[in-house]
Amino acid sequence: MATPFWGSGGFMLEIKNLHATVNGKEILKGIDLTINDGEIHAVMGTNGAGKSTLSNVIVGNPAYEVTEGSITFNGKDLLAMKPEERAHEGIFMSFQTPIEIPGVSMTNFMRAAVNARRQAKGEEPLKSTDFLKIMREKRKLVEIDQKLMNRSVNEGFSGGEKKRNEIFQMAMLEPTFCILDETDSGLDVDALRIVAEGFNKLRTSETSAMVITHYQRLLDYIKPDIVHVLIDGKIVKTGGPDLALKIENEGFDWIKAELASI
Amino acid sequence: MKSEQQYIELYGEVSNLIKQKSCDIMNNVRDAAFASFEKVGFPSKKVERYKYTDVDAYFAPNYGVSLNTLEVKPSKYIFRLAESPIDLSAYYNTIADNNDGITALNTAIAHDALVIYVPRNTRAEDPIQVDNWLRGNTSTMVNRRVLVILEQGAEATIIMNDHAEDKQRFLTTQVMEIFCKDNSHLDIYEIEETTPLCSRFSNVYINVERDCTVKHNSITLYNGQTRNLCDVVLKGENSEVTLNGCAIAGGSQRIDNNTLIDHRVPNCTSNELYKYVVDDKSVGAFAGKILVEKDAQKTVSHETNSNLCASADARMFTQPMLEIYADDVKCAHGSTVGVMDETALFYMRQRGVPEEEARMLLKNAFMGQVIDQIQLQPLRDKLFVKVEKRFRGELEKCDDCRLCK
Repeated sequence: MATPFWGSGGFMLEIKNLHATVNGKEILKGIDLTINDGEIHAVMGTNGAGKSTLSNVIVGNPAYEVTEGSITFNGKDLLAMKPEERAHEGIFMSFQTPIEIPGVSMTNFMRAAVNARRQAKGEEPLKSTDFLKIMREKRKLVEIDQKLMNRSVNEGFSGGEKKRNEIFQMAMLEPTFCILDETDSGLDVDALRIVAEGFNKLRTSETSAMVITHYQRLLDYIKPDIVHVLIDGKIVKTGGPDLALKIENEGFDWIKAELASI
Repeated sequence: MKSEQQYIELYGEVSNLIKQKSCDIMNNVRDAAFASFEKVGFPSKKVERYKYTDVDAYFAPNYGVSLNTLEVKPSKYIFRLAESPIDLSAYYNTIADNNDGITALNTAIAHDALVIYVPRNTRAEDPIQVDNWLRGNTSTMVNRRVLVILEQGAEATIIMNDHAEDKQRFLTTQVMEIFCKDNSHLDIYEIEETTPLCSRFSNVYINVERDCTVKHNSITLYNGQTRNLCDVVLKGENSEVTLNGCAIAGGSQRIDNNTLIDHRVPNCTSNELYKYVVDDKSVGAFAGKILVEKDAQKTVSHETNSNLCASADARMFTQPMLEIYADDVKCAHGSTVGVMDETALFYMRQRGVPEEEARMLLKNAFMGQVIDQIQLQPLRDKLFVKVEKRFRGELEKCDDCRLCK
């Protein structure tokens, strides 16, 4: 078992009794989850268990409604914040399906994002030359092609390029808490490795993350401290990295059987 | 009360004065145009091409009618019709349709016309820019008449800017007749950047002969009520016409564009792209007809109207039309009305871009497609900035406008 890094010891993210609905249907049925500074938590589960709902609720997607419970982030009430305010607090989600935005160039998009965050922190917007310099450095770090930067956001990007672009944006925004929502879906092994290594390079001792995945494969690269199993809107099992290996070999049926026997 | 009456009375009072100030070429057709106006009046909403604009309501207020002739310094390609060094009677009022009440009224009242004349085989190296500044101490009606003639082999880029002082109401009628002779090339931009107190009725008629390329760009950045008509007749083979439009409306502004491209001869191409962003409680209307007559074989035509309704209260009416009487043609037309892409908005907000800024970026990106097609690079760059300012709500301050300095 990897040694958890407890960082400053604070509870970065604290979710209590979280219930959420989509189009009136209850998906999350009471989630309790605490992620400390520097920890990596994996969330695994069957299709439709509520994994993506959980990540979307944390980042404040207006399509999801929280009906009960609370989320605090570094002691602040996250649910009272707009999505952009949560981003300014340091929350980043790598999207399962990154969105294409025709007509908005990557450069302009990142400039708007970086400067909005600086403004929220009371800092001056970056000078154009400084901004482009940072773009160049981060681009090299995650090995993303310059020509993609002049294109519209994600437009005409391959599946791998889109995922790598998510990690590039993470590099630009330097979040303290990252959600990787099925970052491995649709990636071949090489692309997966590059994306995971990109994440590991960016990670500091304070960065914590929630990694949502169906497979052990991603967890070979991004080693979790704690693994949760989400079934039918609840976390039904929590364990160490071994739990992910066991799920990889045996699936979820044994957990469902355990639940049924209670 | 029908609002024609005040204009009929006005004509009775001032027609002699107008005739004195004007010239034969205009006076020769004046009474006939007035008779036509008396007969047809202002088009009601029952008239198909005016169904989206209540003309009567905009002409009803009592405006002072300006009969002053502004000084036009004659330059290489520009002069007043009354001072024309050449006989232009073969052009003036020959393609304007005086069965249209607004055109008829303009022909009856306008006492001079601006002429842009590019002689045979001449290339106007620099763009010809015409700035129209509306200003005055009272509500004013202005009737502008324009004649554009590109002789055989001539080439020109024309930019017409409309500005207005923001404290007065202005009602403008414009009739522009454009003649493109064989192998001439015209790129013309009409850019309106007025105020919510302005009403504009513009009727543009374009005659295209053979081997021409003609681009007409209608850009409404800021306005009150705008109704633009653009009628193009393709009379010579191997010509290409492009009609592009960019319309941005917010508040309770209205923008109504109505176009007709009439393919009378074979082997011509027409492209049309009009894009609208309507926000707040504004109303946009687009009706564009491509008419392919029976001899116009091998016509290629594309018409697209795409619209973004950025608020729940904004309204967009769209009516792309194709009427084809030839059997060997390639024509396509389509229109879309969409709302803001919520997934894209959320994606940007997750990265920390505030909602308002994200909306602005999406609107800007949507309009970018039309601005991108502007060939004149300095103008394209300027319009990218202006469109962004418009969406940021900064254009009203009109910082580069001479009137406000």
